[in-house]
Amino acid sequence: MAGGRGNIESEHVDGRSPLPHSSPVSRIPSRAVLCWGSLLLTIVLAAFLTSGIGSFETPYKTVWRLLLSLLSPAAAADIDDTVRYIVIHVRVARVCLALTVGAALALAGAVYQGVLLNPLADPFTLGVSTGAAFGASLAILLGWGGIHFLGISALPVAAFAGAVGALYLVYLLGRMDGRIHATTLVLAGIIVSTFLSAWISLLKSLNEDSVSTIVFWIMGSLSGKSWSHVMLVIPYLLAGGLIIACFSRELDLLSLGDVQAQQLGVDVQRVRFRLLLAASLVTAAAVAVSGIIGFVGLVVPHLVRLSIGPGHRRLLPAVALLGGLLVLVSDTLARSLLPGGQEVPVGVVTAILGGPFFCYLLLHRKKYLQL
Amino acid sequence: MLSASAPQEIPPAVIQVEDVHCGYPGRDVLKGVSFTVRRGEFVGVLGPNGAGKTTLVLALSGVVPARKGSIEILGTPVDRLKHKDRARRMAVVAQDGELRFPFSCMDIVRMGRYPHQGRWQLDTLRDEEAVERAMDITDTVMFAQRLITALSGGERQRVIMARALAQETPVLLLDEATSAMDIHRKLQVFRVLDRMNRHEGITVIAVMHDVNLAALFCRRMLFLKEGWLAADGPVDSVLTSELLEKIYETPVMVQAISGTDKKQVVFLP
Repeated sequence: MAGGRGNIESEHVDGRSPLPHSSPVSRIPSRAVLCWGSLLLTIVLAAFLTSGIGSFETPYKTVWRLLLSLLSPAAAADIDDTVRYIVIHVRVARVCLALTVGAALALAGAVYQGVLLNPLADPFTLGVSTGAAFGASLAILLGWGGIHFLGISALPVAAFAGAVGALYLVYLLGRMDGRIHATTLVLAGIIVSTFLSAWISLLKSLNEDSVSTIVFWIMGSLSGKSWSHVMLVIPYLLAGGLIIACFSRELDLLSLGDVQAQQLGVDVQRVRFRLLLAASLVTAAAVAVSGIIGFVGLVVPHLVRLSIGPGHRRLLPAVALLGGLLVLVSDTLARSLLPGGQEVPVGVVTAILGGPFFCYLLLHRKKYLQL
Repeated sequence: MLSASAPQEIPPAVIQVEDVHCGYPGRDVLKGVSFTVRRGEFVGVLGPNGAGKTTLVLALSGVVPARKGSIEILGTPVDRLKHKDRARRMAVVAQDGELRFPFSCMDIVRMGRYPHQGRWQLDTLRDEEAVERAMDITDTVMFAQRLITALSGGERQRVIMARALAQETPVLLLDEATSAMDIHRKLQVFRVLDRMNRHEGITVIAVMHDVNLAALFCRRMLFLKEGWLAADGPVDSVLTSELLEKIYETPVMVQAISGTDKKQVVFLP
């Protein structure tokens, strides 16, 4: 409840001023467009720069010519096939995967925070990521990983089932007394998440995987991924993103609380159900290829909200872009920090980057978080 | 019943409540309430705490379904109206709720246009006009670019009022909408409501605590007590010390204000 904050009424008796003429009809403020534009530009630049980074040295001129060759094959006819393979099929694929996975996680985080009115909600804290990872590991153990049906791989479907199952469980645990409390929900998320992590470890051990694979699965990794993985995520990201975009106006209204949203004409039950499913779908697709990457979905929406405000039609595109950028940078650090081509799980990097930022939010923006 | 001038045409019913039982699972708060509000009326709904005022608002706005009985808004049962359709017929000036995200006041008022907008439609000039007008009427223009979270309770309430006006509905339902305001603002809001009621024929149903404020502006009063309709009628016939003493269980004196046709109530210690 917001009551009892002891605000002193400071009402202007007769401050009838004309409407500020700058705003009314142009709906999307230039600030949001500026934000989208600069993010997009940074992403393009970062994508190019990170494509040149790796244990196998490639000058940026070569990278540039190889990228051009995607448009006209003649541009890089003289470049060795190994180099071409490394740049296009290893690095650029990985860059694209980082962007899609990051966009998916951040988008899902923004939706969870908006729908559940909970500033701490994200795919990781709600246990959705772990649920998806559990579903995916179970599918792999049972040998369903290679099954395709109508061109759809079974792996993201299993991850989706796990994600929805975990979300449902967390929802049940979090609303024990009929109401959903922000902190109870996150506690429930941690319980479910820890429990399922243990099961993932057990399943992986049964599968005779090494401990390091388990760590990479639980802490997230994009190593050894190819274009096929990118193609696996993109349909789900587009489908989920479309549903989320459809309901972006409703997301704004939901932040008024259920009763007021409903009185303004929102079909709250239906909208919330669809948004939660869409966010879980997007999360599941990301987790199915990358494992569990934390903090992206939590931090990115807050960061964007602080800079361009809470309106979801401006927020969501920026959230997807920044999420992608954050995972791209983190993944590049993850594969280049250690000498000799050794990799750190990317989830470790996002946590190291995201943790301090969240501490800052807790310390200085308590009022914004409304905890 | 009270037809002073017989051949006058009776305005159509706007809200029809019939034998409504409603509340939480296993416990009815409203225990069989019936009344009809006609177009152009200005009705106050009053009663002590726990009488069922809030439940009545939730039932009328379709948030809580009635367990028994029926509620019709402009001739259609509320449970058969689409959500947006209902919000185009009746706007609710809600009690100050929790606001999680720092929207600007203008964004909040724009939300009132939601029931008029299609899924992919951007705000039209029509929407902007409605928003401007609503903010002008409620004297909230100067808050347009300020954050809703930075306003005081009374200021926030006026923005919520503007949002309801932006819905441009023939019926306005107020849920303790002026409780957080000082006397000056309360009067100002009710003067606005009075003007809209008289000049634009908007039906106003104000659920409120303040008997004296209701006595100044409402032309009809409903009193709820323990889930029943304890009294219903024109202010003159309802505002009597006998009736109020029964409802509020406290000694009451009703005084006429000299020079007007208004009455005020004094609760005695």
